[in-house]
Amino acid sequence: MPLRRWWEHAQKIAGASSVRGLGVGAEHWLQVASDVADAGGLLHTLWVNREPAGDAAVYGAYLTELGVLVAELALPAGGESVYYPGLEDIFPAASRLQRAAFDLSGVRSGDPDRRPWLNHDRPYEFVRVDGEGVHEIGVGPVHAGTIEPGHFRFSVVGEKVLRLEEHLGYVHKGLEQRFTQLPILQGHRLASRVSGDSAIAFSWAYCQALEGMSGRALPPRAAWLRAVCLELERLANHLGDLGALGNDAGFAFGLAQFSRLKEDLLRAVSAAFGRRYLFDIVVPGGVAVDVSSQAARALAEVVRTVCAEIIELRGIYDEHEGVRDRFTGAGCLAPELAARLGVLGLAGRASGQARDARVDLPCAPYTELAVAKIVQQGGDVAARVAVRFEEAQESGRLLRRLLAALPEGEHAVTVDAPAADAFGVGLIEGWRGPVLVALQAGPAGSIRRCHPHDPSWQNWPALEYAILGNIVPDFPLINKSFNLSYSGVDL
Amino acid sequence: MSALDWITQVLEMVVALAAAPALLGWVNQCRAWLQNRRAPSLWLPYRSLHKLFHKEAVIAENASPLFRIAPYVVFGAMVLAAGIIPSMGTRLPLVVSADAIALVGLLAAARMFMTLAAMDVGTAFGTLGARREMMVGFLAEPALLMVIFVASLVSSSTALPAITEHLASGHLGLSPGLAFSAVAFILVLLAENARIPVDNPATHLELTMIHEAMVLEYSARHLALMEWGAQLKLFNYVCIGFALFLPWGVATGHIGPVGLLVAIPALAVKLAAAGAGLALIETVSAKMRVMRIPEFLGTAFLFAVLGLLVHVLLGA
Repeated sequence: MPLRRWWEHAQKIAGASSVRGLGVGAEHWLQVASDVADAGGLLHTLWVNREPAGDAAVYGAYLTELGVLVAELALPAGGESVYYPGLEDIFPAASRLQRAAFDLSGVRSGDPDRRPWLNHDRPYEFVRVDGEGVHEIGVGPVHAGTIEPGHFRFSVVGEKVLRLEEHLGYVHKGLEQRFTQLPILQGHRLASRVSGDSAIAFSWAYCQALEGMSGRALPPRAAWLRAVCLELERLANHLGDLGALGNDAGFAFGLAQFSRLKEDLLRAVSAAFGRRYLFDIVVPGGVAVDVSSQAARALAEVVRTVCAEIIELRGIYDEHEGVRDRFTGAGCLAPELAARLGVLGLAGRASGQARDARVDLPCAPYTELAVAKIVQQGGDVAARVAVRFEEAQESGRLLRRLLAALPEGEHAVTVDAPAADAFGVGLIEGWRGPVLVALQAGPAGSIRRCHPHDPSWQNWPALEYAILGNIVPDFPLINKSFNLSYSGVDL
Repeated sequence: MSALDWITQVLEMVVALAAAPALLGWVNQCRAWLQNRRAPSLWLPYRSLHKLFHKEAVIAENASPLFRIAPYVVFGAMVLAAGIIPSMGTRLPLVVSADAIALVGLLAAARMFMTLAAMDVGTAFGTLGARREMMVGFLAEPALLMVIFVASLVSSSTALPAITEHLASGHLGLSPGLAFSAVAFILVLLAENARIPVDNPATHLELTMIHEAMVLEYSARHLALMEWGAQLKLFNYVCIGFALFLPWGVATGHIGPVGLLVAIPALAVKLAAAGAGLALIETVSAKMRVMRIPEFLGTAFLFAVLGLLVHVLLGA
């Protein structure tokens, strides 16, 4: 059955613009997945919902050209003996999601890789590479820099990397369980902290799902202000990354300049919104802070100067022989491989994967903005740098447009808690890639289940491939060019 | 041997010990200014050393005695090297014991101990750094020797003071042969002192380090000696550069206290200029891929050989 038929059978789900849900039997679970793959779609996320009574359901959310298709497979009660067919052969990204889902719920997939992922109580066996002169370098989980923890096991010959295996989960916080202890109208605060650099993306996706379930339409001014925040978050993160990438190539001048620009931007954000980083700005029904027209003009002016300076700095990066040499050809992820691994967002667009939820599945106000999709084919560090430079300019353009024409009206409306068992899905293109939040309401304004998904789930495994054949000292640069979230996948 | 020669000798070593951290502080200051940052204090390296000397040393359980003595050997070698480089005067009593080739050997011995100590504890990073350091070393040493040979041919001696005296007494300006080897020497200096574009002294990325990876396991007084040793190494290299290419201001022959009084400010001015130049080179370049280092040092060797050829062919 082609994807379109599944889509026609599926029921509309509240939240993002085009989401449908489909209950499938065990016999169709794999069929839906392979039909999605045949139609060029990919697995976005997978989670398991286990009721206290013991019966469970596994959900697979697919990104397709028609929209987000959520397939639900109900599983009978039966404890450890219950299996559902694994999707890892069709979508390699499913493997870690399934292992994490087992660690969280105790419901196992048929995946032969049974190593734990989030659960660090059991020992973890790395794949060993044998051969003359092969040795292992273990890096982390604690690193020399102030970054999040994660372990990287390199198998190398000389300086050349034969294999990299990641072991994450060191910042597992029990987020999904914590969600179920919060009132549904408060969950956005935790959502904005799933991965701090994507605070707006996560909290918007959460609120999008919630507002859809409550049937409350967002006032235009609130939607526009959310888009302002989302683009500011994108611009600030791109500025930080561009500086850090220069620094990792030993070009500290770049770090100094981009840090200065980022600081200018953060101060302007602070002047407009009252906080440098945009936690708790997006609230159910709108935004927490309104922006005066004066502040909007001042912010637009800062964005204009910052973007003009980015163009100048791009000239320096592009023409600097040493920097260009480090960026070009390093950490190459070919478009075919990126497609196979289902790489999402910025890293995907740098490897020819032309997906951007702001264009493909836009919500207001992106429906009116005609966002330019920025795609590069190179797949190397230089391509990821180029995508950042161009997206920063595009964000600058969007910001100036949004700030110049903020609609009048309320910046927030009150939202009532949705009915018990209401289900919604929010999908927002954060700076790293598409962020999805699946939300199910419980009785009396509680949360039955909330599953936040960061695109890093798909992109961490891609990093293991991008490093192959490169030399060990290029890893930090390649890693930084992906700049993936630890917190967002450790949950 | 007059008393003044001995005073010069002691003074040179004391000045090297005292001024080496300041030179590094000065380079870091210039780097910060060139990057439009506010600069750290010139005295920061002294404070860091002071802090490290007052900390409790932690040593890996499986460390051998080699690991403990290496900082002293490295530091001692650098102090001794400072004693044979004519940074202020050329009549140095210690010099009779070692010429320029022995100096290269002394630096190599320090490297040997440092890399062995880095591998001693058996961590991946130490071994990684030691391996890279040996790669840099075996490529840099021939280039350095070749540079010294050019200067030796010009002045018919392998003793650094004799070379300095000969060059200082000559006409102002560099001969073409020495100009080529000066370029080679700058490349060697960058590589040997773990500066950009070969290594990044400011990085926190373990996987990219060369020098820093080797001293990762050291703490407290051992780390202080290693760092001070590295600062002395930079100081010594810069002073070798002065001895070979910019010998002006150095007290030659039996000049007396007046010569020394000229030599000290002359050295300070030259160090300030060299530090600023080093910072400029580091600011405008990015760190190269490790695999490019052989090319870089191959270029250094090539320049040194060109210097030799130019000298032989032009007789200049």
